[in-house]
Amino acid sequence: MSIRKSRDWFSPDYQEQERKKGVGHGLHPLDEYLREDRIPHIWCPGCGLGVILNAYLRALKDSEIPPEETAVVSGIGCSGRAAGYVNVDSFHVTHGRAIPFATGLKIGNRDLTTTVFSGDGDLFAIGGNHFIHAARRNVDFNVICVNNFNYGMTGGQAGPTTPSDAKTSTTPWGGFEQPFNLPAVAAGSGAVYVARWTTYHVEKLIESLKEALEKKGFCFIEVLSPCPTGYGRRVGLKTGKKTMKHFKENSEIKPNADPTEVALDPQDPETKIVVGKFVDREAPTYQDERGKVFEEARKKLEVE
Amino acid sequence: MMEPGTYFMEGNTACAEGAIAAGCRFFAGYPITPASEILERLTERFPEIHGSYLQMEDELASIAAILGASWAGKKAMTATSGPGFSLMMENYGLGLMTETPCVIVNVMRGGPSTGLPTMVAQGDVNQTRWGTHGDVGVVVYAPSSPQELFDYTIKAFNTAEKYRLPVVVLSDEIVSHMTEKVEVPPKEEIEIVDRKKPEVPPEKYLPFRPDDDLVPPMANAGDGYSVHVTGLTHDEKGHPSINEKTQNMLVPRLIDKIRKNSDDILEYDEYKVEDAKKIIVAYGSVSRAAIEAVDLARERGYEVGLLRPKTIWPFPEERIYDLAREGIDDFLVAEINFGQIVYEVERCTGGAAQTYLSPRMGGNVHTPKRS
Repeated sequence: MSIRKSRDWFSPDYQEQERKKGVGHGLHPLDEYLREDRIPHIWCPGCGLGVILNAYLRALKDSEIPPEETAVVSGIGCSGRAAGYVNVDSFHVTHGRAIPFATGLKIGNRDLTTTVFSGDGDLFAIGGNHFIHAARRNVDFNVICVNNFNYGMTGGQAGPTTPSDAKTSTTPWGGFEQPFNLPAVAAGSGAVYVARWTTYHVEKLIESLKEALEKKGFCFIEVLSPCPTGYGRRVGLKTGKKTMKHFKENSEIKPNADPTEVALDPQDPETKIVVGKFVDREAPTYQDERGKVFEEARKKLEVE
Repeated sequence: MMEPGTYFMEGNTACAEGAIAAGCRFFAGYPITPASEILERLTERFPEIHGSYLQMEDELASIAAILGASWAGKKAMTATSGPGFSLMMENYGLGLMTETPCVIVNVMRGGPSTGLPTMVAQGDVNQTRWGTHGDVGVVVYAPSSPQELFDYTIKAFNTAEKYRLPVVVLSDEIVSHMTEKVEVPPKEEIEIVDRKKPEVPPEKYLPFRPDDDLVPPMANAGDGYSVHVTGLTHDEKGHPSINEKTQNMLVPRLIDKIRKNSDDILEYDEYKVEDAKKIIVAYGSVSRAAIEAVDLARERGYEVGLLRPKTIWPFPEERIYDLAREGIDDFLVAEINFGQIVYEVERCTGGAAQTYLSPRMGGNVHTPKRS
C-alpha cells in the first residue's frame, strides 16, 4: 500500500465507517488509549513524538494502571499536543505551566497517576523554575521531556537544549549559548528517578516509563527526538531516519552514569550520546512529608 | 470552620476564614505584602481541616496549581497583590477559557510595578477586567470591611462554582489590614454552592456543552469522563478547533455566561440615593469615608447619595444609566487611582449627567472632609 493510499485511513469517511463498527478503528493496539477522533495528529513526517507517545501508552497499558486514574498534563509546543490525543483526563495548559498545574492536580487528588508530557523549551526555558521546584519538593508525578533541541512549533528557533554551535532560525550564524544537561538539572534538583533515552531505544524507553509510572516521587525521563522540519534540516539530519541512524550509531548505554557527565553535543561526532537510567533512589514524597507534619499538628491541636 | 460567634478580626484573617467556611481545601500562594496574612492563616488552619497548602515558587505557579487542584475536584484559592496579580494574568485567562472554578484574592497596593508595597491603592480595578488577553467575562467583588471579606470570599467560591470561572476578591491594603467586628454565622446558615456534575454517562458527555444557564456541567479528573481541557479554542467536546466558527460559539458564550446572568451576580449598595441630586460612587476602603462624606454634605444642605458597587464587574451599568435619567445631575467617583471606574460611570451615564473624579495616587486616602 502506498503512503498516499494509507492516509485514507484517516479520512473522515473512513473513520465514520469504522466507528460504526464499534469502539476504535481497530487498527492500532492502543486504540482504547487514544482519542481516535483527534487523529490524524499534527506532527510532521519523521518526528519522534509518535514513537514517544506510543511508548508512554504502552507503558501505561503494561502497568495496568486504569486509564480513569491517569492524567496527562502538557504545556505548549509540539510535545504539548500529546495531551490532546490521549484518552484519559488530559490538560493542555499554558506555556511552561504544565508542572505547577500537575502539582495542583496530583495534590488535589493523590489517586491520579499524573504524567507531564512536554518539550524541552516548555519545561526548561519558560518553565524551568517550576521544574527545579517540583523536583525539590519531590511531588509524586512523572515528567517526560521530549528533547528535540529546538522550538519546533514556532519554526526551529534555538532553545535551552540547542547545542552551542547549532544553526537554527534564531542562530543563523551559529549558536553561542551553553545548553542544559537535563539529567544533571533533574538529579541536582532532587528527582528520585532520572533516565535518558532516544527514540531509537523504544523498548528501553517503555521499560523506564513503566518504572516511572510505578515509582513514588518525582521521576524524570528525557527522550531525544528527531525534528527534521525544525532542527534536523539545518544541522545535516534532514530526515527522521537519518536522525534515528545518528542516535543508533552514536549512543552508548551507561546505566548509573554520573548525570553531570552525560552532557550532549549532537554536533560533535566524538561525543557519545550517553543514555540509560542514571538515578533511581528512594526519598519521601511531598505528600508523605506533609502528611507527617500535619498529623503531628493535629495531635497538638487535639483534633482528628 | 470557626465556631460561630462575634470576633475581632483582621481583614485578611476574615478572608482566610471565609475561604475555609466556603469549603476551600487547597491553597497555593507566594508571600507578598499586603496579602501574606491570608497565606499564614491558612497554613495554620489547614492541618485540622485536612486542607492542602502549597507555597509555590512564584505566582505563575500558584495560579497554575489552583487550576490543577480545581480540576482534581477541590475548592481552591490563591491570594496576592499587584505584582503577583500581574504574573497571574496568563493563567487567569486559562481559567476563564477552560471554565475552571477557583478564587483569586488581590489585596491592592500602590503601583505600578513594585510601587508602594505597604500602602493602599485601587489601581488594579481595570486589570481584573482587562488584564488578560482576549475577550472575557469576569466576576470581581470589592469588599469594604473584614465582615465583607469573610462574606464575599464565601460568595466568590459560590459564584466560581456556579458559573465555572476564576472569581476575584479585590480587597485593598486598608480593608485587609483593618481589624473590626466579624460575625461568623453557624454553618447551617452559610449557603454553599457546588459545581454541577454531568448527569449523563461518559460516552454521552460533552464537557463544554452548556445548559440553559450557559454553564456546562463539570466532570473532575478521576471521575471517569476522560475529559480533555485546553486553552486553545475548543469545541463542545473540549477538542482544539482552531477556526472562526468554534471561536464564535465559545467566546461569546463565556462573556454571555456572566452578562446574561448579571441579575443574579450583580450587587451594589445605595445610601441616601432616593432624593439625591448628586451621587458619590466609591468602592472598597474609600466607600467607608464616602458614607460619612454623604452625611457631612447633607448637613450642609447638599442632596448627596452614595452608590457602592460590591461587584465591580459586572458593573451596575443599568442602575447608573437609570439614575442619570431620573434626576441625578452629577456623579463624583472617588477612587485611589488616577481614574478607572470613573470612565465606566461616564460611559453608563451616556452624557445625561456630569461625571467627576476625585483621585488619589495611593499611599493616602480620601477623608470624609477632603474628597
